[in-house]
Amino acid sequence: MTLALIWFILIFVLLAGYAMLDGFDLGVGALHVLTQDEHERRLSINAIGPVWDGNEVWLLTAGGALFAAFPPVYATVFSGFYIALMLVLAMLMFRATAMEFRGKVDSTRWRKVWDIAFGVSSTLLPVLFGVALGNVLRGVPLAADGTYSGTFLGLLNPYAILVGVLTLVTFFMHGAIYLAGKTEGKFRARLAMHAVRAWVAFVVLFIATTAATLFACPTLVDHFSSNVAAWLFLALIVVGSALLPAAIFAARFQAAMLISCTVVGSLIGLAGAGLFPRLLPSITDPAASLTIYNASSTPRTLAAMLVIALIGMPLVIGYTAFIYKAFHGKVVLNEDSY
Amino acid sequence: MDAGSLCRFQFAMTAAFHFLFPPITIGLAWLLTIVEWRAWRRKDPVAESAGRFFGKILGLTFVVGVATGIPMEFQFGMNWSRYSKFVGDIFGAPLAAEAVFTFFLESAFLGLYLFGRKRVSKKWHWFAILMVAIGSTMSAFWILAANSWMQTPAGYVIQNGRAELTSFYDAIFNASMWPRFFHTFIACLVSGGFFMAGISAALLLKDRSNAVGRYCLKLAIVYAFIFSVLVAFPSGHEHAKQVARTQPEKFAAIEGLYTSRDKAPLVMFAVPFVRPPELKGTIEIPGLLSWMAFGDVHAKIRGVSEFPADELPPLWLTFVSFHNMVVLGLVFIFSMAFGVYRIWRGTIFSGRRFLKLLVWLIPFPLIACQLGWITAEVGRQPWAVWKVLRTADAFSTNLSVATLIFSITLFVLLYIMLGSLYIFLLVKKIKHGPDVPAGLAAEAGSVGKREKVIA
Repeated sequence: MTLALIWFILIFVLLAGYAMLDGFDLGVGALHVLTQDEHERRLSINAIGPVWDGNEVWLLTAGGALFAAFPPVYATVFSGFYIALMLVLAMLMFRATAMEFRGKVDSTRWRKVWDIAFGVSSTLLPVLFGVALGNVLRGVPLAADGTYSGTFLGLLNPYAILVGVLTLVTFFMHGAIYLAGKTEGKFRARLAMHAVRAWVAFVVLFIATTAATLFACPTLVDHFSSNVAAWLFLALIVVGSALLPAAIFAARFQAAMLISCTVVGSLIGLAGAGLFPRLLPSITDPAASLTIYNASSTPRTLAAMLVIALIGMPLVIGYTAFIYKAFHGKVVLNEDSY
Repeated sequence: MDAGSLCRFQFAMTAAFHFLFPPITIGLAWLLTIVEWRAWRRKDPVAESAGRFFGKILGLTFVVGVATGIPMEFQFGMNWSRYSKFVGDIFGAPLAAEAVFTFFLESAFLGLYLFGRKRVSKKWHWFAILMVAIGSTMSAFWILAANSWMQTPAGYVIQNGRAELTSFYDAIFNASMWPRFFHTFIACLVSGGFFMAGISAALLLKDRSNAVGRYCLKLAIVYAFIFSVLVAFPSGHEHAKQVARTQPEKFAAIEGLYTSRDKAPLVMFAVPFVRPPELKGTIEIPGLLSWMAFGDVHAKIRGVSEFPADELPPLWLTFVSFHNMVVLGLVFIFSMAFGVYRIWRGTIFSGRRFLKLLVWLIPFPLIACQLGWITAEVGRQPWAVWKVLRTADAFSTNLSVATLIFSITLFVLLYIMLGSLYIFLLVKKIKHGPDVPAGLAAEAGSVGKREKVIA
């Protein structure tokens, strides 16, 4: 069981990595609709240009790890959330290609089209991810054979939508802080203001979501009271959120980015701690919930995967850090830019 | 149409479309390691300009490859949930390994390669493209390891209602892993070679003095020639021998061997008919198939009629796709051999006909890749996992026909859009051409004029 526990943690580590990294570039995309001129738009896109693709891989890795470590969970969630995932796929495609395509034709209308595609997809994706997370937290109806027995519209319940909006606001704040650290002058000042406004919305929505969780997911809260990890993540979120405005007003954007990453990572951690040991709670029959006990792969597979992760992830973190260092500092536009 | 057929159609379509891009990425990335090496070590401005030009094209191709690749990972769970539950213990691991070892590597370093020309030293910049090449190749390794396991499963036992891993090593290095990897990887190199050769030819057709076109044309022709030979022999040959041993039903189907024969002939040409399954207008060489597959002209090869009807793949499609792939393989060898001959004679830049041919040949290695993939995957039917799990027992049961028609429609629309935008932007980039340093263009121009006089 230890191996299944380790993989439960690793999957949430991967999800937290995804939220921290792709979170800011999705946020930059959502901010795109608020940019004022072509120069600002190019700065925004090029601020994430070299790194967004690597960031997105965290999602793919989390998906692959879920498939390998907890196949029934992967199979049930992905087939159950079918239409929602189709929308996610379409948005991911629009987003990737919008960034690559927009600078390739020198026409205002062409760029406008891709700006809209980029902005809309970057706004919808966090909402969709949040809705998916909200449904997992709340629990979904599972049939006797373990397949999802709800509908697409059933996914759009108020609680899940609240988590979706919280996710959007969080990423928006996260992206504004990242972009402010990459830019200068008036644009940066405006981004700092966006970040502060988003922070206010984040605090309000986080409190609202926490309150809603008490009613919508009672089992989640039962687990909570005796859960040390959950309290730790909650403390990190509270302290981090309290420090953020100070760092932003002091224009210490690197510090703000680190704090923001901690908050975003802790939000995922909190979700994981609340769910543990379940990966997909069932609301029709709690005993049918998919957990690390009834939905994991064999110890042999989990061990092989752990070896892969222990060799691979330090390398990934090493060269990702190297590449972030290479692009450290303000965005510079040159002939290699988008 | 039932849900199962729609799931199959959707997977085939999305995989086919996705598989147009990785061969270009892999083949081009390795070519660029050569180009950028020259740019770095010899400080050659032409090579640097070539790197920048083909680097942008690599970036464009890569993005479409990524955008169409993500649905592949998702669809196992979305459309094939019964499959995922049944084989997740084995099949998930190589997919996760692919993400950990290769997706990070190629995307992180591609960002550095495309955006970091001015940010890091030449050495690190070259290292970046090398990592992209290695990453994309290893990506092919892991996904083909997973696919090979579906063809020739090993290292597992069926218990607790699922396939459980007994040996990770045996599961990854199963019987068809290496033959499939080498054959597919080399096919990617061929695709990249024809891609660069065709684009260079297009540059030269517009301006014979284009220094980037001249350098890249020669490089790509030699590269494409070497790998066109290797993709047929030994890699294609070895792969076919492996299929003959491990999947005799598939081998009989693709070779058009409908009854068991002692001196099995190699069918060079035939028109296959479906009902009853037979070949007409056949041109064949007796005994050659037995000899090629088992090293003995008298070796008995089992024909289609010897196997249960419900364990046979579609005969017409597998025969046609396999044989057309082989024909295209021969076309590649001969066309690039002619190219090498013209380089050797020093006439490669004179005359337009061969250059035009090279432009037209760009899509054909990709078509050959598709045909090979159809041979492999349709040839595996009716199994999702060979002799272990039927495709009919693999798809998700909770999806309605309406849902699937919605997702297929969405994919078709998205892919038509992506495909046409890709071609539009690629053609635009080629028409714009590389930015060649001014002094060099003049120098190369004078060479061009001299050659024209000779020609």
